[in-house]
Amino acid sequence: MFESLTEKFSDVFRKMSGRGRITEQNVRDSMRDVRTALLEADVNFKVVTQFCEDVTQKAVGAEVIKSLHPGQLMVKIVQDELTALMGPVDSRIYYVSPPPTIILMAGLQGAGKTTTCGKLAKLLVKQGKHPVVVACDLQRPAAVEQLAIVAEQVGIPSFRVEGSGNPVSVARKSIAWAGKNERDVVIIDTAGRLHIDEEMMRQVQDISSSVNPHQIYLVVDAMTGQDAVNSAREFNERLELDGVILTKFDSDARGGAALSVKAVTGKPIKFIGVGEKLSDLEEFHPDRMAGRILGMGDIVSLVEKAQGEFDAEQAAAMQEKMAKGKFTLTDFLGQMKQMQKLGSMKQILKMIPGMGGQLDAMQMDGDEMRHMEAIILSMTPSEREDPGVIEASRRRRIAKGAGQESQDVSGLIKSFTQAAGMMKQMAGMGTRDRMKMAQNMGQMGMAGGFPGKVKQRSKRLTAKQRANRKKKKRRR
Amino acid sequence: MAFLKKTIEKLSAGLSRTRQMFIGSLKSLLSGRKLDEKLLDDLEEMLIQADMGVASAMKIRGDLQQAFTDKRIEAGDQAIDFLKEEIKRYWPESDRSVHFASAGPTVILVAGINGCGKTTSVAKLAWRFKTEGKKVCLAAADTFRAAAVQQLTIWAERIGVDIISGSGSDPGAVVFDACDAAVARKADILLVDTAGRLHTQDNLMRELTKIRDVVSRKIPGAPHEVLLVLDATTGQNAINQARVFSEAIDVTGIFLAKLDGTAKGGIVVAIRNEVDLPVKFIGIGETYEDVEPFDPEQFVEALFA
Ligand SMILES: Nc1nc2c(ncn2[C@@H]2O[C@H](COP(=O)(O)OP(=O)(O)O)[C@@H](O)[C@H]2O)c(=O)[nH]1
Ligand SMILES: [Mg+2]
Repeated sequence: MFESLTEKFSDVFRKMSGRGRITEQNVRDSMRDVRTALLEADVNFKVVTQFCEDVTQKAVGAEVIKSLHPGQLMVKIVQDELTALMGPVDSRIYYVSPPPTIILMAGLQGAGKTTTCGKLAKLLVKQGKHPVVVACDLQRPAAVEQLAIVAEQVGIPSFRVEGSGNPVSVARKSIAWAGKNERDVVIIDTAGRLHIDEEMMRQVQDISSSVNPHQIYLVVDAMTGQDAVNSAREFNERLELDGVILTKFDSDARGGAALSVKAVTGKPIKFIGVGEKLSDLEEFHPDRMAGRILGMGDIVSLVEKAQGEFDAEQAAAMQEKMAKGKFTLTDFLGQMKQMQKLGSMKQILKMIPGMGGQLDAMQMDGDEMRHMEAIILSMTPSEREDPGVIEASRRRRIAKGAGQESQDVSGLIKSFTQAAGMMKQMAGMGTRDRMKMAQNMGQMGMAGGFPGKVKQRSKRLTAKQRANRKKKKRRR
Repeated sequence: MAFLKKTIEKLSAGLSRTRQMFIGSLKSLLSGRKLDEKLLDDLEEMLIQADMGVASAMKIRGDLQQAFTDKRIEAGDQAIDFLKEEIKRYWPESDRSVHFASAGPTVILVAGINGCGKTTSVAKLAWRFKTEGKKVCLAAADTFRAAAVQQLTIWAERIGVDIISGSGSDPGAVVFDACDAAVARKADILLVDTAGRLHTQDNLMRELTKIRDVVSRKIPGAPHEVLLVLDATTGQNAINQARVFSEAIDVTGIFLAKLDGTAKGGIVVAIRNEVDLPVKFIGIGETYEDVEPFDPEQFVEALFA
């Protein structure tokens, strides 16, 4: 989607006579595709309309910097605006003294409140707090038991009142209990409810006014469609939310709900849930989210995920090698194996910008990994240190040893060389720059750090074709 | 029309404050108007706000425009009937019915992502079949989520049907035993509840395929129905869900849950267009009675209500 957006922007601007200022008509033409991208990402229709209008106003008259392609400039404007809309980030939890700090969780049915209570508790424990979770979902069968099990997994108590059908009184009692048992944070789980269910909405308001929570979070499923604004608005009006927690972010949902909910409530997105494990709660990054909504993948998360799996010492050593440009094929193989631990190759590639649409052209599966390994193992140690020495005859030898084609060997080396270059640059960068870098990689249609074997073109090109391709590349 | 009545009751209870009326009725949108670009734009907006997706909304817009060009319809008012007919045709009678085994238990496998409403939907189906006089068994094959087995057990007790659960963490083993039990107890229906999983979790999708294979091996011809439970509030990602779950377990139909909210569930139109799956049931509340067979007519009414 990202390439196609850039591509479409480029098309529109190619038609511009000469380079100058972007005109309103240029922008309007190209915004149709932005609109489609946003709608396909489930951003609410009205939010999309407003957004496109704002961006158009911003972009009209913007100087097309000579070195920059207007298509890219437009993407940048769009992305910056999206980022600004979803920010600023505020992942802090505000504690009160004297304790306990009371946190209330609310949301629709099935959004993931109970699990999120556990995840939040786990995060607080890490910060040195002593939370208790309170079972006020007395609606869904076995919800109380579920919370108790989750609490046990975190290693904290859960508060429940046996046989009670009154969540307001359970909530009230839990506060006194927390005081007596030296719990400094109280996290209250509530039943899922529809925003149009008057009785249930009044109930959650009653819970809230009986304990006066210091923070109220709305838990929202990242896969929610157009209706997200309606429920979020209602919850916000009834409860005066402090923040939003988005769940199920480990899916491939583009997550336009994030933007919609932020747009109607104005409340910051505090955290995102990224997996079923209780440790899978992360800070929200609007810039990554903007990329994701536009279909650009999320390479920064990938890099961080990878870093999380490496042990720290190994990572540090790798970092240094990368920075010095001493990253060898042996390291590369080791790294690819590490990557495999993270999940199937396909899943990883899905997270890389520009890769989404190219997956079919890539043959990267378990076999691929074995082939790659075979090729590298067929090299001599010195070849692995410096693949530059591998000329045609060595290439044939290696291919034969690995049971692969000669072009597979050159493909691998090419990928490696690109990866090593990218890594060298990336090693010294902060998150923001890495994100930018990632975008560039996306545009190159090459996932720098994590190469796969792109199908080799077997056709020999004529000089004219080659020149054309070069031109095209430059235009990108 | 029980569903419609109920929905309207629930809606109007909550809609006492008019600001919640976010989509005007189709009638007021179309009546007395010429079929022009502006009207088509408004219609497109309405369809997209119902989660139908850009492609499907454009398709319907195009069909309407064509009908106008062909002079089959002339004014906005006729467009309403045209659209209703058009969208209703997406779900012919034939593929909405449940496919039963000719002999032995009919096995219905229920799957979907986390929190979409699988367990509740299993309870609803159990109740429905039981009231039809069938003997129903439940298989508690969600061995992953905390207290999932308890949850289904409570439903089984409330409804008064058998439940088979295991003590281990292997859903395949539970299903294996459940198939035996269903045959031994001469059950008419075996409903299999499974753990929620994201369609992007390849290993869990493979696990699901394995569960299905256990069923097929134990009971020839089974599973007779494979239902994907979809939360009606889900956006465009549901298309991917439908596609990937279909690849893994050959989904035969959709159970559209949580249609009692304000979400329209228009995504099932896109799913029909792109993955070609019918809708079989809808969920309209949290008790086991809150289930209806899918009725395209009512759905379309509600879509434009
Ligand atoms: N309003 C409403 N809530 C539902 C419906 N179906 C399920 N739910 C609720 O959605 C939540 C998750 O349901 P559950 O069956 O546990 O989902 P599972 O995780 O997919 O098994 C529970 O709170 C259910 O009560 C429905 O049709 N309408
Ligand atoms: Mg369940």
